[in-house]
Amino acid sequence: MPATSEPLIATRDLHKWFGHNHVLQGIDFAVARGEVVCVIGPSGSGKSTLLRCLNLLERPQRGAVLFHGEDLVDPDCDIDAVRRHIGMVFQQFNLFPLHNALRNCTVALITVLGMKRAEAEHIARANLERVGLADKIDALPASLSGGQQQRVAIARALSMDPQLMLFDEPTSALDPELVGEVLAVMRKLAEAGMTMIVVTHEMTFARQVADRVVFMDDGGIVEQGPPEEVVGAPREQRTQDFLQRVLDPVHTG
Amino acid sequence: MAGSAPRGAGRRLSPRRRARRIRALQYAVLVALVVAAALLADWRLIGKSFFDPQLIRYTLLHGFVDALWHTAAYTAGGFLLGLLAGTLLALMRLSEVAPYRWLATIYIEFFRGLPALVVFMAFSLLPLAFSGLTLPWYPYGPAWAALGIVGSAYMAETIRAGIQAVPRGQVEAARSLGMSAGQAMRKITLPQAFRIMVPPLTNELIMLIKDSSLVFVVGLSASGFELTMFGRSMANSNVNITPLVVAGLGYLAITLPLSILVRRMEARA
Repeated sequence: MPATSEPLIATRDLHKWFGHNHVLQGIDFAVARGEVVCVIGPSGSGKSTLLRCLNLLERPQRGAVLFHGEDLVDPDCDIDAVRRHIGMVFQQFNLFPLHNALRNCTVALITVLGMKRAEAEHIARANLERVGLADKIDALPASLSGGQQQRVAIARALSMDPQLMLFDEPTSALDPELVGEVLAVMRKLAEAGMTMIVVTHEMTFARQVADRVVFMDDGGIVEQGPPEEVVGAPREQRTQDFLQRVLDPVHTG
Repeated sequence: MAGSAPRGAGRRLSPRRRARRIRALQYAVLVALVVAAALLADWRLIGKSFFDPQLIRYTLLHGFVDALWHTAAYTAGGFLLGLLAGTLLALMRLSEVAPYRWLATIYIEFFRGLPALVVFMAFSLLPLAFSGLTLPWYPYGPAWAALGIVGSAYMAETIRAGIQAVPRGQVEAARSLGMSAGQAMRKITLPQAFRIMVPPLTNELIMLIKDSSLVFVVGLSASGFELTMFGRSMANSNVNITPLVVAGLGYLAITLPLSILVRRMEARA
């Protein structure tokens, strides 16, 4: 992990309230180019909110989100332009239901980047191939399995050629037997050098693929470090309790 | 209690036997009514008043097609105008600028709460307040405007509900790809919203077809008569109900295919 180079994305003293609920309580967090970071933690710990603040789907009330050093919270920032470089994959896929797989991938290329249709389709095909769905380009989302839908969603985000990919619990809505195909695509992406921030409950994935694991609880970062430390030998009691519950749910009350 | 119920049923009828008797009684009443109607009514007189074949022919050949065209044209124009204005009103109701929300709400509640006839009457008297005000394309202009005003108020609420029925994740996905709020609305939200809105919008179209029977009060001369006014004037001059029946069938000729079309679209979606 090249800690000395300027981070690709960082937050500084990030605070977010939902009503009286103080969801993010001053997060300082940075991710370097090429790094794969997994964010883990109990539900309600603020990990999804942190991720959604990184492309400003949630607007933090205090603090800064710096992408290439530019503060996205600043009203002068052209957030639409920044989001072109930050891909996002959602728990519920959020594919466009009226468009087939190919159109899902081309619509932003054509609408946002003003690309010619043929060029956009060329890019979309390449990305659908990359996620192993070259034979599904004409399929509507409703006719695809959950795992296939999530892979289309990844291809859709990749079509914009992002510098950073955000994954918000990408396998949590999937049947267990479909989780593997999505994680395999993500692992390939990580090996290809993509900068990734993944909110997940998949500890095996975190342990094997992540460069760094961040454990969050109660709106703060409790501990972070290489997976063999945070997942393998956590120092903090709260991390230990959480991992105990996740890895051995039958034996915890 | 539970144990004694089956035994006690020996005296009283079981629920299914009782239901069967009630059904038999309903059939009996129906048959009695039909027989009574067949025996008591003067069918020759009824046939002559409602379905006089000669008068049907005369009605069809003397202005029916024009009247049908006017009904269709008034409604279609009013609907398109209402759809455009209704979309604008719906977006205003969802606006972050509070006064836009208020204005749209006032407009919608006002014109939804008034009878269409009152609106059309007031519309016909507008030149009293705005001297020299005349709408172009007579008779279509005034009819379109009047129906558009009423239709837009109804359609705005349907469109707003349709927009809000599109899951939030759709906009988030579109925005996360770099689309602006307007692009996400046009490319992602509205197409899905209109798909959701087809059935309720069709109901509003059918309502508007019927409201088109009231536009005569905005001041249409005989050359602009739609089905209702045409049927009424023919019925009056011939002292017979048949022309009104023909006009009524004219409405059904428009509304029935419309219902079938929508049912097909819904089945396909």
